[in-house]
Amino acid sequence: MEAGLIEVAAPPVSCPPRAAGRTTGAVGPSTAHRTGFLRLAGAVAAKDLRVELRSREVVYTMAFFATVIVVVFSFAFVKDQRALIEAVPGVAWAAVVFAGTIGLGRAFDREREGDTMRALLLTPAPRLAVFAGKTVAITALVISVEAVVLPLCLLFFNVDLGAGVLHLALVLVLGAVGFAVVGTVFAAMLLRVRSRDVLLPVVLYPILVPMIMAGTKATGALLAGAAGDAWFWTQFLAAYDAVFVIVALWTFEALVIE
Amino acid sequence: MKRIVPWLVPVLALAVAVGLAGTLYLIFYVTPLERTLYFNQKIFYWHVPNWFVLFTTVFVCGVASAGYLKKRDPRWDDVARAAGELAVVFGAIGLVTGSIWGKAAWGHWWKWELRLTTSLILWLTMVGYVLVRRFAGAGSERLAAGLAVFGVVNVPLVYFAVKLADALQQESAHPKAQVVSELTDAMKTTFQLSILTFFAFYALLMLVRTGAIRDDRRVRELRERGLDAGILEP
Repeated sequence: MEAGLIEVAAPPVSCPPRAAGRTTGAVGPSTAHRTGFLRLAGAVAAKDLRVELRSREVVYTMAFFATVIVVVFSFAFVKDQRALIEAVPGVAWAAVVFAGTIGLGRAFDREREGDTMRALLLTPAPRLAVFAGKTVAITALVISVEAVVLPLCLLFFNVDLGAGVLHLALVLVLGAVGFAVVGTVFAAMLLRVRSRDVLLPVVLYPILVPMIMAGTKATGALLAGAAGDAWFWTQFLAAYDAVFVIVALWTFEALVIE
Repeated sequence: MKRIVPWLVPVLALAVAVGLAGTLYLIFYVTPLERTLYFNQKIFYWHVPNWFVLFTTVFVCGVASAGYLKKRDPRWDDVARAAGELAVVFGAIGLVTGSIWGKAAWGHWWKWELRLTTSLILWLTMVGYVLVRRFAGAGSERLAAGLAVFGVVNVPLVYFAVKLADALQQESAHPKAQVVSELTDAMKTTFQLSILTFFAFYALLMLVRTGAIRDDRRVRELRERGLDAGILEP
């Protein structure tokens, strides 16, 4: 105990030069605070991703689930022994959203099992940094699933996108961000609620509707070669993300109290 | 407030009863047939005020939820809960009357059209809200409040998404707002009376339901206090 106290007390002795360097000079106090915020958010995200990389449980199950969805749908939408290309946007986004919901549930169950969410919220890190970190980690998970779903869809449905692939990647990333922002808030709120597995999709999907719509429209436009329409829906997706980032930042602190 | 409510409820109930019967009479015996839709335009007098009430109650639910998140006063939450439940009721009425009208006017029960889609998503959000309140157990107030705030913010997004998707494809076929300016005087009076009646109905239901929810909460709180004090057996 004594040793621990000394250890805790020791760092400040060597700290002042570094701390002084951080707050003075070109970097003002507010910027110092912001870098602190980003560093904390990064730490939370890195922790989540490291836990995930060690077991790879969520990412494997999500990716496999998404694969199964794409396969099942490609059986369902068959005409003259060929899968219907018109079904691609719907199939791709349904697979991403369903698999993403599974991933969200598991990622937060992990926090609940070890009761580590409470520990995370008890740290002096601002709640919003915790939120940002969690969102980044979920975004990374969803993007990794999309990286599986997109090639599969192109393969099973015999689509050649050409140069549109990069644009489609941007659309999918924007979709992943929107999903992660809204999903993180809701999954964190549902952490202490019973029957959360059922309630998460019930509350999440109606809010995700504009995102899914814009995503499918953009994907459909890209498949049809209408780059102008696709660009329009890409901007809509960006606006959706921006609106819900603001709402999430505004409500997260009030909503997630252990 | 406490002194007004006991006599406000019967007065409102009477006014609503008279209003509903009166508008029914006006709709079927006084207003002329509309030029293009003939008899099936009659549903408009109840269908449209019903939607006005729905959007009002969703807005009330959103504002009360935001108030609850900010102030943590459970009285805000009582109002939000009552408004959310009424949104499901009025939404169901609106969707059903709208479907009937759609079948009569367009020949389809349902169309993926701007207002229909927006209303359906909004209604689904509110059903989710009520499900959360009903099944999420203790501590669901905050979650429900968050859902209501997100749902209200989502309404314009859904609206614009569908509107833009429509604009890129074809014109929306829903009866437009300028319908009201083309009405004859008898039609206008009936419509306005119907709006008044529906809002009185909404006020009545809000008063009663908020009161019931508040009493429910108070009983629960008293019970918890009794248990804590050891007066009540668990």
